[in-house]
Amino acid sequence: MIDLYSRRRHRNSLVMGLSIGATLLGLGWLALILGALIYESFRGLSLDVFTQMTPPPGASGGGLLNPIVGSLMMSALGVVIGTPIGILAGTYMAEYGRFSPVTGVVRFINDILLSAPSIIIGLFIYEIVVAPMGHFSGLAGALSLAVLVVPIVVRTTEDMLNLVPKELREASSALGTPQARMIWNICYRAARAGILTGVLLAVARISGETAPLLFTALNNQFFSTNLNAPMSSLPTVIFQFALSPYADWQRLAWIGAMIITFAVLAFSIIARALAASRKQS
Amino acid sequence: MSMAHTETTSPAMPGIAVSHVVDPKAERDERIAVRNLNFYYGTHRALKNINVSLYTGLVTAFIGPSGCGKSTLLRILNRIYDLYPNQRVEGEVLFDGRNILGPKEDLNLLRARVGMVFQKPTPFPMTIYDNIAFGIRLYENISKSELDGRVESALRRSALWEEVKDKLHTSGLGLSGGQQQRLCIARTVAVKPEVILLDEPCSALDPISTAKIEELIDELKSDYTIAIVTHNMQQAARVSDYTAFMYLGEMVEFGPTNKIFTTPDDRRTQDYITGRFG
Repeated sequence: MIDLYSRRRHRNSLVMGLSIGATLLGLGWLALILGALIYESFRGLSLDVFTQMTPPPGASGGGLLNPIVGSLMMSALGVVIGTPIGILAGTYMAEYGRFSPVTGVVRFINDILLSAPSIIIGLFIYEIVVAPMGHFSGLAGALSLAVLVVPIVVRTTEDMLNLVPKELREASSALGTPQARMIWNICYRAARAGILTGVLLAVARISGETAPLLFTALNNQFFSTNLNAPMSSLPTVIFQFALSPYADWQRLAWIGAMIITFAVLAFSIIARALAASRKQS
Repeated sequence: MSMAHTETTSPAMPGIAVSHVVDPKAERDERIAVRNLNFYYGTHRALKNINVSLYTGLVTAFIGPSGCGKSTLLRILNRIYDLYPNQRVEGEVLFDGRNILGPKEDLNLLRARVGMVFQKPTPFPMTIYDNIAFGIRLYENISKSELDGRVESALRRSALWEEVKDKLHTSGLGLSGGQQQRLCIARTVAVKPEVILLDEPCSALDPISTAKIEELIDELKSDYTIAIVTHNMQQAARVSDYTAFMYLGEMVEFGPTNKIFTTPDDRRTQDYITGRFG
């Protein structure tokens, strides 16, 4: 019996050792990436990054004002367009169409959309927006990001509404509450933090997307807030500058990468905190 | 309607005290009449040819082992079963003489008249005040001061006012289980329904909260017609005027509580009440 027990103990320590090793390996790469990012970007970090335009090739100085503004505008517009569509569709699936066969089909298609390579979304928007308009534009960029936002928000909205206990729906129906009122006043209220978490995750996801923007907003080396013209964005600038032979451009690419990383990190932390507060309440 | 409130302990069933003795020959006002009711979950027949009545101003208890269909029956009376698919009902439920099982029945209006309290407390994710005000605002457009009064009186009737009057604007989720259940009863009472359905309202509560809710039922029955599903036979004997014993989807016996608990007609009723099965 002692023999059996000690064998189990040894096996336990072995598995635990392997698990800890795997965790450290995973975290180690992450730490290396973050370390390299911070090391490379902090050397050149100055206020100029946020106030100057991207420099022409070979010129020194310059900043990332136009891609920062472009990214903010397109991401914001993408979220503003995609979120209501996602929430409404998710609401249909979890509430009105809860038992409808349509919901299963929509969920299946939404899952495909969720895992579709973003470059395909870019090509799609190129086909239906950029080609007919005849030129790249910030609007097309925002639309492609919206298409990426929709499935994430649909999924989290449906999941979070499904977590609202059926007893709560029964209790509110038992008072004679019309369905729309119940969804608005009770289900959304109960699922609020979770739905908001989904939106923040969508923001985090789209803020690093490059491929769909290459086909839609392209890039713009000048400052522009015109949504009907090509628009700069951080991911495309990183893509362009990192591949260039110019040291100043490479430096700016590192800084851009750091800005995106920390923005995404901030969104993820906020999303986590919200999810935690949802569990407590 | 004559009623004598005396405690009688049945000689056949020692230990179960029946609190209310009703005169079986008295004229009764039938608020809800269930006629030849069958109910199906998919193809499974959960209720078989049920006939039962809820009388105005009286409490009717539904007892029987788990799965006998008592909750199912209750959930037909306000058509809450309609929230789910693959369920089918046959027969009639007459509410003040009108069949409520028709496809054109306005379910929201019906449910505003037939309130329900569930097994698990279900406070809404909002303040204590709003939990009560929510239902009132659905069907009435009243001033703030009038609303305040309605909220207070609902909480007083549910014996919760003294415990929550200083924290009306904090979340209802912060209350204890017993308080949450009384909040749910207050919420149901506040919309002034005509019938209140209680589906095992005390099963998640401690004995003190249970006693409070039983007192509350006694207190409320002057104004409402009440139906209660319970697994606790003592509770049925304490709070009800009429008792219905159900078994395997059938209505085995329905009659005055003192009769069901002292001289039941059916052998199965007696076996269940004396604890020989179930």
